[in-house]
Parts: sequence; C-alpha cells; structure tokens
Amino acid sequence: MKITAGIIGTGNIGTDLLVKILKSKSIDFAAFVGRRSDSDGIRKANSMGVNTSINGIDYFVANPKVDIVFDCTDAFTAQRNWTIFQNLGIKVIDLTPAKIGPMCIPIINRDVIITNNNVNMVTCGGQASIPLLNLISICCIDLKYIEIVSQISSKSAGIATRVNIDHYIHTTEDAIRNFTNCKTCKVILNLNPAEPCVDMQTTMFVQAEEIDFGKLQESLNDRIKLVRQYVPNYELVMMPVINEDGTLILGVRVKGAGDYLPSYAGNLDIINCAALNVAERLTA
Amino acid sequence: MRTITICDPSLRDGNHCVKHKIDLDSVARYCKFADEARIPIIEVGHGNGLGASSLLIGQMPHSDFQMLTVARGNLKRTKLGVLVIPGLGTIKKDIQPAIDIGVDVFRVASHVTEADITQKHIEYVRNKGKTAYGVLMMSALANTKILVSEAKKMEEYGAETFLIMDSTGTYMPRDIEDRIKALKDNLSIRIGFHGHNNLGLAIANSLVAVQYGADIIDACIRGFGAGAGNTQLEIIIPVLEQYGFNTDIDFQRVIVEADNVMNYLVKNAPITAPINILTGLHKLFSGFEKPIVKASKLYGLQYSSLIFELGNRKLVAGQEDLILEVAQNLKRRPHEDFTNGWGRIPCPQS
Repeated sequence: MKITAGIIGTGNIGTDLLVKILKSKSIDFAAFVGRRSDSDGIRKANSMGVNTSINGIDYFVANPKVDIVFDCTDAFTAQRNWTIFQNLGIKVIDLTPAKIGPMCIPIINRDVIITNNNVNMVTCGGQASIPLLNLISICCIDLKYIEIVSQISSKSAGIATRVNIDHYIHTTEDAIRNFTNCKTCKVILNLNPAEPCVDMQTTMFVQAEEIDFGKLQESLNDRIKLVRQYVPNYELVMMPVINEDGTLILGVRVKGAGDYLPSYAGNLDIINCAALNVAERLTA
Repeated sequence: MRTITICDPSLRDGNHCVKHKIDLDSVARYCKFADEARIPIIEVGHGNGLGASSLLIGQMPHSDFQMLTVARGNLKRTKLGVLVIPGLGTIKKDIQPAIDIGVDVFRVASHVTEADITQKHIEYVRNKGKTAYGVLMMSALANTKILVSEAKKMEEYGAETFLIMDSTGTYMPRDIEDRIKALKDNLSIRIGFHGHNNLGLAIANSLVAVQYGADIIDACIRGFGAGAGNTQLEIIIPVLEQYGFNTDIDFQRVIVEADNVMNYLVKNAPITAPINILTGLHKLFSGFEKPIVKASKLYGLQYSSLIFELGNRKLVAGQEDLILEVAQNLKRRPHEDFTNGWGRIPCPQS
C-alpha cells in the first residue's frame, strides 16, 4: 500500500527529509510547505521539481488529501499545527520536541503510528542511544543508572537546538526512562566546533546490580544490524567494556548519508531516518 | 588605586584535584575562612559546575545542593558563586534550586565558540535578580576576533561581567594583552580572567590581564585547581599590591590559611608536572590530566601519544568519554608513530 505524505517546515531537517522521502518507493510525496519563498529548502525543492507552498498550515487546510505530515517546524508551531491536523484527520510525525504524541524509537515501538495520530521522534541522542540501552536493559538485573554523552559538531546544531539545549536534555532523559525503566539517568550534550567537523558520537555508561556481558555481546551485533536497516551509517565505535567499578561503557558513531546535510550531521540524519522508517510502517 | 575583585574557585576548580570528592567539612571550614578574610566571591561545586556530577567526569559523594547549603550557612559577607555549563546543567534541574538555596553569582559558561547556548540561562538568572557572568572556556582555541564576537553575545544576553578562561593553560602574556585590549575596546561590561599554570604563567598572565583593564581575577589557595592549578591566591594578592592594585583582602589570614589548608582541603597542592606542560601546549582541558593518566595506564599507552592524538581531535571540556575511546582505538594501531607530536607545538591563534 502506498501512502501520501507532506512536510511542513523547510529548514535543514525538513529539506534533508524531503530528499530521503523522494527516494522511498512506498511514499508518494504531496507537498513541501514552508512560509518563506527565499528559504534554501524551498529553492532546493523547486529545483528538484517538487510541489512547494509558502502558505504554511493553510496549504494543508486547502489540500487535506494527505495521509501523513512530517512536522519539522519548532515545538511551539508544532503544537498549533497539531490542533489543525487533528481536525483534518491527518497523522503527524513530529520531529520537534513538542512531545504531543507518544515517543517512538522505530526498532522498539514503530507500531505506535498505527494506533496514534501523533508520534514524537524524541531527539538525536535518544535515537542514537535508546536502541542499545533498551537491549542493555534486557541484559541487566536491576538497572540502577544510565548516563549518555553525545558529541555533535557545532555546525550541525541550529539556533533552535542551541537556545533550547535544556529541552534536549529533559526530553532525552524522559525517553531513556520510558524505554529502559531505569529511574535515574543523566544526559550530557557537547558541541564541538573542530574543523573538519566531527561526527556525531554517543557514549553510554550503565550501572546495574548485575550485567550479563556474554548475553549483551551475543545480541549487540544483531541489534546494530537492525538499526543499520534504517540508519546505514550507525556503527559501534567503542566496544563494550566493564571498568573497575563495574560500569558498562560503550559508544556509537552516526554518520549521515549526506542527502542534503553534510555527512557529519549524523545527529540530524538519524532522526530523519527514524521518522521515515515509522511512516513506512503504514505502507507495510 | 584600582580595586581588583578576586573570585576564589578553590572549592570548585579544586574539585578536579581530588576527583570531585571535596568533603562538606572542608567546604564549611574554607567558607568560614573566606568570609573572615574578606574574599569577595567564592565559587563552590563540582569541577565542571552545577549538574556535572557524572560517571563521565566524576561523581561527587554528595549533591551540588548539599555543598551549596553548607557554603551558604558559613558565608556572611562573601558572595556565593557557582559555575554552570549548559549541556551539563539545566535551568529547571540546577539553576532554580541553586537560586532557592541562596546562590548570588551564576557564572554561565560555554566553549569559546558556543556562546549562544548560554542565552536562556543568563536571561533567567538576570530575571531572578541574581548576578550573571558570561564565561568562555577553552579560549585559546579561538582567535581574538571570534572571542570578542562571542563575548559580545553574552553581553547582549545580559551578562554583567565577562570572564575569559584559559582552561588549557596555554596563553603567553602577549596573548592576554591582545585579548584583554580587544575585549576592553568592544565590551562595556567588566572583564575577568581565569588562568591555569600549565606553562608557569598563571600569575604573570593574571597581572597582565589587570594591567590591560581586567577588574576580576580568579585565584585559588595553593593554586588548588585542575591540572597544574590556577593562579595562586596567596601570590597574586601581594603581586597586585606591588603594581598598585588593591584587593581589600586580609593577606595575613590568607598566608596562615595557605598553610592550614594542607591539613584539610588541599593535601596535595598542584604543581606543573610534565603532563600538564604537554596538555597546555596541545590545548587540552586542564581537567583531562587524571582521565588521561588513567586511560594511558588502562590501555598501556604513553600519555604523550594519547595527548597528541587528543589534541588532533580538538576535544572540548566535558569530553572525557572520548579519552577512553581514543585510547582504545590507539591501542589497536600499535605501530603508528606519534613522535611527530613532539615537534609540533601549536600556539594560540592570534
């Protein structure tokens, strides 16, 4: 079954997602919708022959025949958009931190898109770490503490991310608690301005009463392969080790596909890959 | 006679010397001394500030808030300050509770190129009627032009003082002259300097900063701070006096306490060890000293090789996780030659 999808928000995320959707065989693309005719995203979309509009949400009011819209605006606008999409009967995959619908990590709960009309894609750090943290939670008895530290390149962090850095931390912590049942967790974000730009990298620290290291090693590769089905450049960069005080440490690196954004922007790429994967669930 | 405000971060930066394990009794005793000695501001907390107690950087045996509550209870005149780095600490989890405890001065910090992550935090602190500093860390990694434009952003957000941190201990006095002059020319708020002693220049750099117009100097007792330590409190006071600058601090009490602290807070005073010289030259965060030593031992590497590679990767403060990752990956490339690191001494960008 094919579905029809649109994008609202023509910034970096929206434009990169557009390029990805156009490659998808199961999605018919309806419209790329923003508010400024001079945005780079609109220009890029026009050059690719895509149907664009600068009427914002009004475009979808006038043209409601889409199954799903990816909201790539900002938390405030996404909240306003949602009241309108809801009335139009259009499903929304929310890439902002608005936290309207349930949080979604594709390999864990992509089916939520079937039963919910609004699904939230958490954050880049959440999409990078939770697939593995969820596995680790299965390999542990009495998970006590999780900490994740992400490095992203300065150039990949837009002004919204920068000004709302607290929002990123709180949302990612909520998601980790939600998908691991670990009550105490801490999220740290580092912006690194080095040139050439650094890749996104996330290190995870886990403490538990007991960790079945053998079981983890056995299943880790399979879990990574599952993630790689929708995030091709997702790799283990630090092999799991247990340090002297029993803390499990491992790290992943996420390179982007270089669709619209450069490949160092793995943080933006991974959330788009995840969103697309969730939408494709409706076509299966 | 210009009066220089001394801010003493011994109970914050000093935490790097003891893996973030400063005990509450030491906090109480040192705060009592600071108050009696008329030190204007003391900064208290984890080495990387509010919300930084973590497996990444080091866990404290007690919370930030316990530490601040003890400090608050022992201060009358001296203002209580904290460092907060967005990305580690947040308004809701850390800043608001610190305001509730009675912290007076919030020094909101970012890496030298990332000032815009501090906007909300600086604005919040100002709206609550507290004092906000804008702080740029690791400043030797950017040139003067970038430093000034990032500092100006902090001034626009509402910072009442701008503090430049030489977190890597890399600057020469000529670099300080250049930067303080440019900051004075372009900012209308007060300027402060926070030095590290990796190249033995913390005192000289602090003096030059004052001579070119800085009004605030960070100084720690016995230099108690990350890596080779900070500008030494008991030295900078008389040196500034010699050059005609007043600090209004009771020097006699400071000298007595500089002996006393060896029995409770400091125990091992920082020195400029060979590893600190290398991290200073390769522009790595001073607080990386202990994690570098640990990772080198764990993976059987020479710390110099690890330092050269970390310098290549241009790590910022708070990236202790990558020290482990880089060490693990260096171990897998045993035949690589890192000796070229010896011939390559990077300088601060002018």
